[in-house]
Amino acid sequence: MSHTPILSIRSLGAMFTNENGGLRVLEDVTFDVHPREFVCVLGPSGSGKTTLLRLVAGLLTPTTGQITFARKQQPRIGMVFQQANLMAWRTVEQNIMLPLEVDGVGERTALEKTREMIELMGLQGFEDSYPRDLSGGMAQRVAIARALIHDPDLLLLDEPFASLDAMTREHMWNELSRIWQAKQKTVIMVTHSINESLFLADRVLVLTQRPGKIKMDVEVDLPRPRKDDIRYTPHFGKLARKLRQAIE
Amino acid sequence: MIRRLTPILLSAFAFLLGWHLLTRYSGIPNFILPSPLSVWMRFLRAVSDGSLLRHTRVTLIEILLGLFAGVLFAVVVGYLLAKSRSLEKALSPYLIASQAIPIIAIAPLLAIWLGPGILSKVVICALIVFFPVLVNTIVGVRAVPTALYDLMNSLHATRAHILWKVEVPASLPVVLGGLRIGATLSVIGAIVGELVDAREGLGYLLRVGDFQYDTPMVFVAVFILIGLALTLYGFVLLLEKRFLKWQK
Ligand SMILES: Nc1ncnc2c1ncn2[C@@H]1O[C@H](COP(=O)(O)OP(=O)(O)OP(=O)(O)O)[C@@H](O)[C@H]1O
Ligand SMILES: [Mg+2]
Repeated sequence: MSHTPILSIRSLGAMFTNENGGLRVLEDVTFDVHPREFVCVLGPSGSGKTTLLRLVAGLLTPTTGQITFARKQQPRIGMVFQQANLMAWRTVEQNIMLPLEVDGVGERTALEKTREMIELMGLQGFEDSYPRDLSGGMAQRVAIARALIHDPDLLLLDEPFASLDAMTREHMWNELSRIWQAKQKTVIMVTHSINESLFLADRVLVLTQRPGKIKMDVEVDLPRPRKDDIRYTPHFGKLARKLRQAIE
Repeated sequence: MIRRLTPILLSAFAFLLGWHLLTRYSGIPNFILPSPLSVWMRFLRAVSDGSLLRHTRVTLIEILLGLFAGVLFAVVVGYLLAKSRSLEKALSPYLIASQAIPIIAIAPLLAIWLGPGILSKVVICALIVFFPVLVNTIVGVRAVPTALYDLMNSLHATRAHILWKVEVPASLPVVLGGLRIGATLSVIGAIVGELVDAREGLGYLLRVGDFQYDTPMVFVAVFILIGLALTLYGFVLLLEKRFLKWQK
């Protein structure tokens, strides 16, 4: 792993104004993310996990502190939102293609890439379906495909697998692991699942109750590639226990 | 197709039959309620001497120009008002006041200012179309899901991309709903203008027919107007079918 971080977050704080003054959501959050690192963020509901991702994506400006990127400018971002967030008027294929359109990629290349992605995500046969005809899990897979299609440097995933059934979810873990390793991406992923985070991450950050601070920063030194049965190893059990205690 | 048309044809037939019997046996004189046959004969005569086509063309041009101008203006202003609360606050008193004045009351004024030519009709038509399209544009643009803005911003999309790929398609259903109302109102607008002062157009035919007790001519003009309104309405439905097939 390279030593200069791709992303440095320093004493980051976020505050929203509401009826009774201000709502402090994040407070004094500091951490680095290195190139090709897979970071998971765990924390109770309302601790500010989504807010953290939105800050990194530049969708919000921090109230305090700063976020700096290695090459000064924001890297290319692929984002999966907590809800699938598809465009109802676009077919599956057109939804997945959106980032390529925004990048001005030629139609032929775009279509080719999209077809590949549809295959990878197991969405064949639904290319021309509209979002209203998709199950929740399928919609989420379309959203993941859309986040990957333009080959972003930084993936920001907000509980991307929450609406998938257990089988698909584990399949998606393997796919994401594979893509992450093959394409050398940096990933920040919010999740509620300890198993998921230990299966995928190099590092797990645990946030406290609101206002979210970093309560624990755990290195996940499990060997890769991680197979299903890794969860029955004693080291996995130890890490899982540690995280569970931190989450309270 | 035939099965779908059957009820319409049946009701039309029943209507004509009822009308015929009424004029035949009630003793109402022809200049008060003309028989369907005399209306038909009057129609044929107006077609063959070319007057109907000429007047219909004038009215149709007024309607189309007025509709186009009204919709264009409403969509642009509506978009700006939707995007800017302060602009809306500044302008909404005037907009609402303008709606409190019946169009009939200002039509003579416009005829004085703009002359008896088609311009005054186009303007009246545009004014009457303006408001429903404006309101629907504001509602439609305000209802664009914020999450889609987040998506586009995470992709560093330009303003133009956001406009054409999100705002336009997302608000289109509501805007077209406004256009449906506007399309039917546009016919009324042109006629109001022509009734006030005109040398040409279906409104002029109405006035002349009324003046000369040529009641069958009045009926012909009214039926043509109904036909125009239905055609415009049908055209909007076609637009909806073409652009909103992702709904339902
Ligand atoms: N734009 C906003 N304006 C006002 N308050 C907000 C805004 N966005 C988030 N909040 C508040 O900030 C707090 C944290 O929200 P956030 O979505 O980051 O939590 P989270 O950790 O992602 O929770 P969950 O696990 O339920 O998704 C919540 O109390 C939320 O109501
Ligand atoms: Mg969240």
